[in-house]
Amino acid sequence: MANKKHVSDRPAVGPSGSRIIGKALRKVDAVAKVTGATRFADDLAFPRMLYCKLLRSTEPHARIVSIDVTAAKQLDGVQAVLTGPDLPIPFGILPVSQDEHTLCLEKVRFIGDPVAAVAATTEETATAALDLIKVVYEPLKSFDSAEAAVAHPEPQIHDYADSGNLHKLINLEFGDTEAGIADGDLVREDLFFFEGNTHLPMEQHAAVAMWSPDGKLTLWTSTQTPHYVHRALAKVLELPAARIRVIATPNGGGFGGKSDPFSHEIAVAKLAMITGRPVKITLTREEVFYCHRGRHPTLMWVRTGVKRDGSITGMHFKSLLDGGAYGSYGVASTYYTGALQTVTYNVPRYHFQGARAFTNKAPCGPKRGHGTPQPRFALEVHLDKIAEQLKIDPAELRLKTLVPPNSLTANYLRVGSMGLGKCIAKVVEGSEWKKKFHKLPEGRGVGLACSSYISGAGLPIYWNNMPHSGVQLKCDRGGGVTVFCGSTEIGQGSDSILAYIVAEVLGIDPFEIAVVTADTDLTPVDLGSYSSRVTLMTGNAALQAAERARQILSLHVGKKLEVPVERLTFADGRVFDSKDRKRGMAFAEAVQLAEAAEGTIGTVGSYTPPMSAGKYRGAGVGPSPAYSYSACVAEADVDLETGIVRVPTIWIAHDVGRSINSASVIGQVEGSIYMGLGEALMEEMAYRGDLKVVHKIPSLLEYKSPTTLEMCDVVTYLIEDPDPNGPFGAKEVGQGPLLPVMPAVANAVYDAVGVRVDEVPITPEKVLKALRRKEKGEAGRYGPDHFPTIAWPEPTRVPTPSEGGDGKAVSLAKV
Amino acid sequence: MGNESKVKIALTVNGEAAEVAFAPHKTLLEVLREDMGLTGTKHGCELGECGTCTVLLDGTPVLSCLVLGLACAGHAVRTVEAMAQGGKLHPLQETFADLGAAQCGYCTPAFLLAAEALLVANPKPTRDEIKDALAGNLCRCTGYIKIYQAVELAAARMRGEKAEPAREWLYGQ
Repeated sequence: MANKKHVSDRPAVGPSGSRIIGKALRKVDAVAKVTGATRFADDLAFPRMLYCKLLRSTEPHARIVSIDVTAAKQLDGVQAVLTGPDLPIPFGILPVSQDEHTLCLEKVRFIGDPVAAVAATTEETATAALDLIKVVYEPLKSFDSAEAAVAHPEPQIHDYADSGNLHKLINLEFGDTEAGIADGDLVREDLFFFEGNTHLPMEQHAAVAMWSPDGKLTLWTSTQTPHYVHRALAKVLELPAARIRVIATPNGGGFGGKSDPFSHEIAVAKLAMITGRPVKITLTREEVFYCHRGRHPTLMWVRTGVKRDGSITGMHFKSLLDGGAYGSYGVASTYYTGALQTVTYNVPRYHFQGARAFTNKAPCGPKRGHGTPQPRFALEVHLDKIAEQLKIDPAELRLKTLVPPNSLTANYLRVGSMGLGKCIAKVVEGSEWKKKFHKLPEGRGVGLACSSYISGAGLPIYWNNMPHSGVQLKCDRGGGVTVFCGSTEIGQGSDSILAYIVAEVLGIDPFEIAVVTADTDLTPVDLGSYSSRVTLMTGNAALQAAERARQILSLHVGKKLEVPVERLTFADGRVFDSKDRKRGMAFAEAVQLAEAAEGTIGTVGSYTPPMSAGKYRGAGVGPSPAYSYSACVAEADVDLETGIVRVPTIWIAHDVGRSINSASVIGQVEGSIYMGLGEALMEEMAYRGDLKVVHKIPSLLEYKSPTTLEMCDVVTYLIEDPDPNGPFGAKEVGQGPLLPVMPAVANAVYDAVGVRVDEVPITPEKVLKALRRKEKGEAGRYGPDHFPTIAWPEPTRVPTPSEGGDGKAVSLAKV
Repeated sequence: MGNESKVKIALTVNGEAAEVAFAPHKTLLEVLREDMGLTGTKHGCELGECGTCTVLLDGTPVLSCLVLGLACAGHAVRTVEAMAQGGKLHPLQETFADLGAAQCGYCTPAFLLAAEALLVANPKPTRDEIKDALAGNLCRCTGYIKIYQAVELAAARMRGEKAEPAREWLYGQ
């Protein structure tokens, strides 16, 4: 028992009664990670393997007149070349936006769009072959911003858009919001902009495909969503899903950037089918920037009515998202920019209008926080301004308007456990907020912000009644247990969660549990590592499977020992009478007894989220089995000469429901703070739009991200307010703690130097511009100054729960 | 085109004499991963920007994506594969595993080697010295904090002190 010390030799600081849950254990894959033994996708190699390279568009928006691959095909070592017509069936992550082709068919939509694929005996040969492919383009007008797309409905980037170049238009109203806002003693209106940024996982995407002459395809790929890659391959390659095996290799970082099915995955599969040889692709760092699917650049307008005491009477929120060239998760992202405003503070009436534009930039999608960091930034800075006008401390203002636990919001989101009040109290105390706010010398300030995030989406991407997560469990007569689950390890600890939960229920050592994940041939479906769904959903599925196994074993052990089953305890690798510890047997013996009586011992578990309360169109985005909460105080030093903002310390309290492994929870919190700090201060997808819409900085050196020298100190408080829907009460932690960082830093900058940078990232240039304006007696602000006019559709009107609504929309005639 | 004739060099890899033949344009990173099967060394950019490919060359951290394989003839290369000895983890590997300093694990081999070189040169580094030594390595998962703590804890143990992680590192304040 090499790892035994990590189970029992440490202080039992877990929640009472639990042996494993809550403790800071090693992750089950930790040793493989620190010895370099973990096999990432690019670490795989097979005999006779070919290398694939993709030719990518050099035009931002153009018709493809012709592609000549003759010379490339003749190059010695080239085994196959593909172009668009070889794979004519479209795909995409959402059923409503199947708008991507493996290789562009008629036109290209951004610089970096894949146009042709080559498989050759070496990577160098494949690269040389790309240079021999001749593409003739007929350039079309291209658009580098959402506003440009609003202004120019033609030429359309996609002909299926809701209107012109507006991919999606949403208009949802819950109660008479104008009347609600008018009830306020103060009505405030603000504009914000959140620049796009990218995930920047250290591992570049890679995939290896293998085709067997018996008609079976295997794909190893660094994906967060093997289930959806499985679907896309079956569709585009026109193969039965049962003949395709997708294995998600451990991801070297994901953060949402590996959640879509990608062209390169389908291309290597097709090339393997054609050549009959294994085919591998590893993207360059530049190509990872083109795959993108990161944060949508988002312009936001918000108008809120508040009473003198700070209570909100109504809120109207508008967002305009720059979606880039394809749909990706964009429809969901757009809804998310309006969904979660209501789960932190009580908003009795709420109106949301959201639009997503197509532009000729790398496609945007889900990055950590998916569509909610932008509105959270806007909302939390907006509230800071309201607090100042009302002369209420920003922490007090928030505490007065908290959503109560176990309540239904105006937009029909069901809030369960709600620990935000405790979170605010912790960071206010820990940061000495009351001694610092408005009291630090010029150049130094503190800012506060809060947030909430979903623990998985209540509805699946493909609407159906099947579980979102499944687990199979096999008990070996030697005492070993194997857990099979489709979940994908991206560094967040999803493999470990399965082992800890099963170990807790069966009373065995988690390091004696074999975990088999993310393999569509071997593991039951889990929808993927996105939307912070994994701990709650796979955890519940694992819990059910383990409890069923425990029931079977209990039955036979109870009979043998003549002890009532409810008196049996599973702990320390034994099953015993809780009233007489000596009366018992080893776990392995228990399995043997059961196996002799019943045959092979295996169980299954699955998890389906509770039904959503909202029944209106658009109600699918926002519901979750449980919401996490975070509060954050950031301290900022602002250099008045250079505008450089440094953040020495961030205090964060996170309501995780209950930690399954507290060290992993803290790791997720610290990682979220880090990523949020990068977004707050420096990270941005910057494009040159003058001649061609081209990414300015597709490299790790010039895409600025925090190093050890920029990272702040983090003081973490874990708030444990168990949620009945979570396994052992657990809620999410992987994304929520990122959300309050950007607004907390912006609010701290204001406290430090009295200027508002209503735009992320808060670069020195923007701070200086705002300072100069303030010096000139103008408003000390940097940020957007207008929201463009958009032809919104008629609103979907949904009476709120307090108005007696039932979650359904009413037709205009009835109003 | 990959058909160019290979060159052969002799060098020391992880303490053992080795000979390896490879195409002359290959970087040390490629030689290690592709010609010697040492895939524990990772890559993040192949342009010297991220530090993910860090290995020790004669004890000094280098970016193996910027070093030609040919330049390593007669030199000693150390990779993550050599850190655990006799089935036992290196103290840095122990603390990285215990504290969760490895999340996705992709940048981890590089951090381990950069930290090892630091501790050889400076057995009792301050937090700022650790930050300086690791400033060339990017990690997108951890926010670096668990890495600093793991280096400090391992350093203390390597100095022979009986050190345990602080409770708040693992359980919060």
